[in-house]
Amino acid sequence: METSTAPLPARTAPAPVAGPRLAGDLAIWFFILAELLAFGVFFAAYAFTRANHIELFNAEQAALNRNAGALNTVLLLTASYFVVRAVQAAEREAARPCANWLLGAILTGFGFIVVKLGEYAAAFEHNISLSSSPFHMFYLSLTFFHFMHVILGLVILVAMWNGARQGRYRPGDMNGLETGAAYWHMVDLVWLILFPLVYVIH
Amino acid sequence: MQYKSQAVAMPYFIAAIGLFVGQIIFGLIMGLQYVVGDFLFPEIPFNVARMVHTNLLIVWLLFGFMGSAYYLVPEETETELFSPKLGLAMFWIFLVAGAATILGYLLVPYSTLASMTGNDILATMGREFLEQPLLTKIGIVVVALAFLFNITMTILKGRKTVISIVLLMGLWGLAIFFLFSFYNPVNLVRDKFYWWWVVHLWVEGVWELIMAALLAFVLIKVTGVDREVIEKWLYVIITLALVTGIIGTGHHYFWIGTPEYWQWWGSIFSALEPIPFFAMTVFAFNMVNRRRREHPNKAAVLWALGTGVMAFLGAGVWGFLHTLAPVNYYTHGSQITAAHGHMAFYGAYVMVVLTVISYAMPILRGRAANGTKSQVVEMWAFWLMTISMVFITLFLTAAGILQVWLQRVSDAPMSFMATQDQLTLFYWMREWAGVVFFIGLLTYLASFFVKGEAKDVKA
Repeated sequence: METSTAPLPARTAPAPVAGPRLAGDLAIWFFILAELLAFGVFFAAYAFTRANHIELFNAEQAALNRNAGALNTVLLLTASYFVVRAVQAAEREAARPCANWLLGAILTGFGFIVVKLGEYAAAFEHNISLSSSPFHMFYLSLTFFHFMHVILGLVILVAMWNGARQGRYRPGDMNGLETGAAYWHMVDLVWLILFPLVYVIH
Repeated sequence: MQYKSQAVAMPYFIAAIGLFVGQIIFGLIMGLQYVVGDFLFPEIPFNVARMVHTNLLIVWLLFGFMGSAYYLVPEETETELFSPKLGLAMFWIFLVAGAATILGYLLVPYSTLASMTGNDILATMGREFLEQPLLTKIGIVVVALAFLFNITMTILKGRKTVISIVLLMGLWGLAIFFLFSFYNPVNLVRDKFYWWWVVHLWVEGVWELIMAALLAFVLIKVTGVDREVIEKWLYVIITLALVTGIIGTGHHYFWIGTPEYWQWWGSIFSALEPIPFFAMTVFAFNMVNRRRREHPNKAAVLWALGTGVMAFLGAGVWGFLHTLAPVNYYTHGSQITAAHGHMAFYGAYVMVVLTVISYAMPILRGRAANGTKSQVVEMWAFWLMTISMVFITLFLTAAGILQVWLQRVSDAPMSFMATQDQLTLFYWMREWAGVVFFIGLLTYLASFFVKGEAKDVKA
């Protein structure tokens, strides 16, 4: 939107983009919005069902391992912070630190998986299943769908780590890194709603 | 035609159209049987007409997909087909097996057909859409494997594009999920459970990949938009299709004896299934608006745009209508389902095959596009078939709403057959809309024989 008639300053390539710029590929944003919509619908379904079974939901929610959930929140937030640092490093053309930050994100993300698997093992020991109660259905479905997204996110992070080690990302060529980073932040964002909703709020 | 071996597609397209005509004739027969119950009885009972109507649909769409693949893959991979002879041999095997199966349905009682074809060795018959005798099913697998071998080898030796890879994934998926038609557990719940792995994971899964790839191919050709742009859309569409469609299978698991969580999983994921179809519509219009060339084949562009819109309406909107478990509790297996089935199959798969045929057939016949006169006739056929299909869908929807009300919701529910008697008016209107559809189809056939100056602008 250039309505001004004043002469434009002389530009040198690469031209600075005026105004806010979309980080990452447009396609990933469509995908992220669709993912958020899917989780959003699931959260809404949880809320409506909970409204009909408040006491059951409160009782079974209290039995969840809130510490494990909190630890996982810290792990995911840390991983997201590392991803941000990786993007910043790539913008400085620091390929090695970029790769190292990504490796850090992969390790913390993997930590999430380990904690979650421990939680599932305990749940199955208590005969918690998709059919044991409406709350358990939502608890297992929501956390498992999210769990699958963390795994996909980790696969993407590993691919990016590989790319970073080969020095593939640099100013002007950030699309791949930013696209993957946007996806990872989405995984994090969903957990930030999922954790309080399912584990804490009663 | 850039590659000689693309000519293999021609017989496939001709057979597809021929079987399409047969499908519609049997559709008209059974449509009439809805209101004149003993029409053609005992020669063609309703269950046989229905079987022929649905089986012909599937078989001609498979011919269409295979023909499309034989046309598309050489051009995408920039190399001749691995074996055109194998492609032609498979054509004849598939045609003869298909014709023999349909004749079997029509000439022998189904139970006799079953005992004649080894159903006692491995029982696979008697399930909706998968009624084919064991021998035919094995034949389908053999043809599919030979076809996939041919296409895969071609892609391996040539240029690899996103379009050809997505198409290949879809075709492999089609073959793999068909294998569940051989798995027929005694337990009825399990039986239905895996039956949907063929039916649902075809039409709401891997076929969507085929459809998106075919549409993308035609759009590249007729709009000249950068491949990179089209490929990005393709990625988004197929991801959305798979994310929503795979777990969306759950919308068939509401009332068949499966655990209750399927009502949630099925409702939530299948409610999102319209999104990839919506994306396909936006994609098609967007690409045509950004076109860099005026392709002389206007009819093909019309079919491509129509596919997007009608697939979204038929598969997306009409599917969503009854996909949520609380709604489906009332509408399950009613005429609402039939309404959705008609428009979804027409809008998504019939139209995408006709899009490819519309684009490829003139080229296979040695010209970039048909003459104006022929294209005008073809566009008339497009509108006749599409509008009458909209009416078929609307009449069936009306019948379905009335049916659900009388049979399932009202204070004094009526029996199934008593309800059917109340729907006669809508069935008659549906039948007349079907007649218009058939006229549209005949118009479509006529468009191939309209003489006129061909357009030879290089596509």
